[in-house]
Amino acid sequence: MKKKNFSLLSHRAGAAFLAPAAALVGVFVLLPFFWVIVVSFTNRTLLGKTALNPEFVGLANYFQLFDPATFFTRGQFGFSLILTTQFVLLSALVGQALLGLLLAWLMQTIPPALKRIVETAVIAAWILPEVVIGFAWFAFLDYDNGTLNMILRGLGLPAGDFLLQQPFWVIVIFNTWRGAAFSMMLFNSAFASIPPSYFQAADVAGASSWQKFRDIGLPLIRGHVVTDLILSTMWTFNVFTPFILTNGGPSYRTELLSIYNYRIAFREFDFGKGAAVGVIIMLINLVFALIYLSFGRKKAKAVEE
Amino acid sequence: MSNRLRALYLGLATATTMITPAFAVDLTVICRCVVGGVNSETATWIKESVIPGFTAAMKAEGKDVTVSLNEFGGKDEQMTQQLALDFSTGAGADVAAFDGFLIPSFVEGGLLKPLDEVAGPAVDSWEGWKHISDGAKSLMSYGGKAYGLALGTDVRAIFVRKELLKSAGLDPDSFQPKSWAELLDAARAIKKANPDSFPLQLNAGVNMGEATTMQGYYMAILGTGESVVDENGKYIVSSQGILDTLNLYKTIYVDEQLGDQRAQLLGDGRNRTFTNFRDGKTALLVEGDWFFNSVMAPGAEFGLDNRDAEVTWASMPAQEPGKGYRGQDYVTVSGGTGFVLNPATKNPAEAWALLSYMNSQQSLTAFQGYREARRIRDDVATPNNVYLQKTQESLLPLTTARPNDPNYNKVSAEIQRMTESVVSGEASPADAMAAYKAAVIAIVGEANTVSKL
Repeated sequence: MKKKNFSLLSHRAGAAFLAPAAALVGVFVLLPFFWVIVVSFTNRTLLGKTALNPEFVGLANYFQLFDPATFFTRGQFGFSLILTTQFVLLSALVGQALLGLLLAWLMQTIPPALKRIVETAVIAAWILPEVVIGFAWFAFLDYDNGTLNMILRGLGLPAGDFLLQQPFWVIVIFNTWRGAAFSMMLFNSAFASIPPSYFQAADVAGASSWQKFRDIGLPLIRGHVVTDLILSTMWTFNVFTPFILTNGGPSYRTELLSIYNYRIAFREFDFGKGAAVGVIIMLINLVFALIYLSFGRKKAKAVEE
Repeated sequence: MSNRLRALYLGLATATTMITPAFAVDLTVICRCVVGGVNSETATWIKESVIPGFTAAMKAEGKDVTVSLNEFGGKDEQMTQQLALDFSTGAGADVAAFDGFLIPSFVEGGLLKPLDEVAGPAVDSWEGWKHISDGAKSLMSYGGKAYGLALGTDVRAIFVRKELLKSAGLDPDSFQPKSWAELLDAARAIKKANPDSFPLQLNAGVNMGEATTMQGYYMAILGTGESVVDENGKYIVSSQGILDTLNLYKTIYVDEQLGDQRAQLLGDGRNRTFTNFRDGKTALLVEGDWFFNSVMAPGAEFGLDNRDAEVTWASMPAQEPGKGYRGQDYVTVSGGTGFVLNPATKNPAEAWALLSYMNSQQSLTAFQGYREARRIRDDVATPNNVYLQKTQESLLPLTTARPNDPNYNKVSAEIQRMTESVVSGEASPADAMAAYKAAVIAIVGEANTVSKL
């Protein structure tokens, strides 16, 4: 089937209406995008001699980031990149997606009233502003006055210095907790779109919950699973909130790529190197976005056919 | 709208725009000072003394000036961040509190201009210059030009909680360690008598920022006879002195737990060290004048109501007698903080008038009533403060300063990193020094460094 184009407006009028938006996007998105690429080829800083007279250094910033001698050192680009990958795998793919899927499936079987209460609680975790959540978790986990340690001490258990001893697991659990709500909602609506008669038929045949999930639920929401995985991966890859919990530390142990980029560019004011990190982050995001778009296109084609 | 009405509006608008600049000038001062919080006395001084006095003085000249104080409550590093970004975009307060060691890097980055370039000849004819020594002027100068005025200068020493010393059988009044070994022995004795205490605090780690370099690393490395740079201004990146300093840190925080390791690693670590000292968990804390006269002042957040009875001080000893910087037995280092003019100020004349008013004899004398300190003017007396007077004789002649170099603050950040990797137990002193060497060479180039090993 061929799509038929029809138009409400002439091409010219359409372009005129688009122009203001295009100008804004151009000034605030495209221009900085190319500016960052340009800066990444210089040694521009905010302080010191290279602030006024930046020099063109070619790919030196990129070579420095990928220098094998320091690549894996903590506090360097490679360490952050690997850390971020682990963070995405554990907190986005395993944590958010799996927990969201589990919650959504369990919600199919509970009474509607209880379902609504659970939904409210989970969504509350999702709609609160990042900074509020960050401080709430900090207050929860603090060694001296944190709620969790007060409970532990009250029970006669030893208190844990979580933010210093297990900083990576703290941010993994934090991000899982934070993002599971989105996955849950997405899977919830996906399950709701499956005709109930499928499950009723399975019930008559005496299928267990796991069999229903494996043979009916999961295959029918496969498309949603891919969407969810890509979206939560992208969000987790770019997330900055763990900074509020750990400041990227102690000793860079939780310095995700976004936090590393912030430190280089805006705490050390090394704009050239910071821009190079930014360009690499953009490229990685571009790959995610292309996968997402190509998948969306495939789905749209499937619907048309 | 009728033409007549329109004319009236236009006329009114023109009249207002013409009148406003002549009569009302708004100035903003920013400092890391909050009434009831950090540097509370500075904030109170500006609000109670400077602003009313200055607006009255301006009124007498027929100028209507309003001054507001922007109380910045964040950390030193965040304040630097704020000022760098403000100045680079032509925004920010007209008069800003500033740490002198940052001046070279800001100047080279085009973010600060000499006072006379900002405010013109009024600067050169100021009466205050003849009361400020060249040394005091240099605290806020670079390349022979003054970029701001320091409020005063300081020295560093070991502050001592008397009752903790007594608990370990030491006499606080005669307490003066003559070497690192004696200092550590005192800390060990206190730890033995009070197992829960963290007797010794020598700043380390990234989170304390420049306080790590000045109060911690400098006070130790000077004791080895070295400094951050050698006599030719080249950065020392590999030496026995650095290793000894890092081993001292390791002894304090890793091997013997004489200091509070967590306080070196956490975001609010420096305040934790103040709390430890106030609550009697730390007996020996290496800090500057500011700690004694502001942080610990009776009534302040970390204040001790009985400060003068409960606290004494000792000089920081060299590693061994005579082994310190320039062959000294004791070491200390000085810095200076003050105020600069924003080069993009819309009212440079009034901004300079305010800055010079703050540094007038009358105004700095009034400041002594809020916080006692060594002021830079020779016509403002050092107050009747035993600590200031004694250290004036014992420590001021021994002091030195940080390199006046645009790369210094980057190197300083590497020093903080080096200490953190040692006190967290993640790197051996040798590995930490190797990482420091690589980082400093990347910043200043190998030609500007020197390896002594």
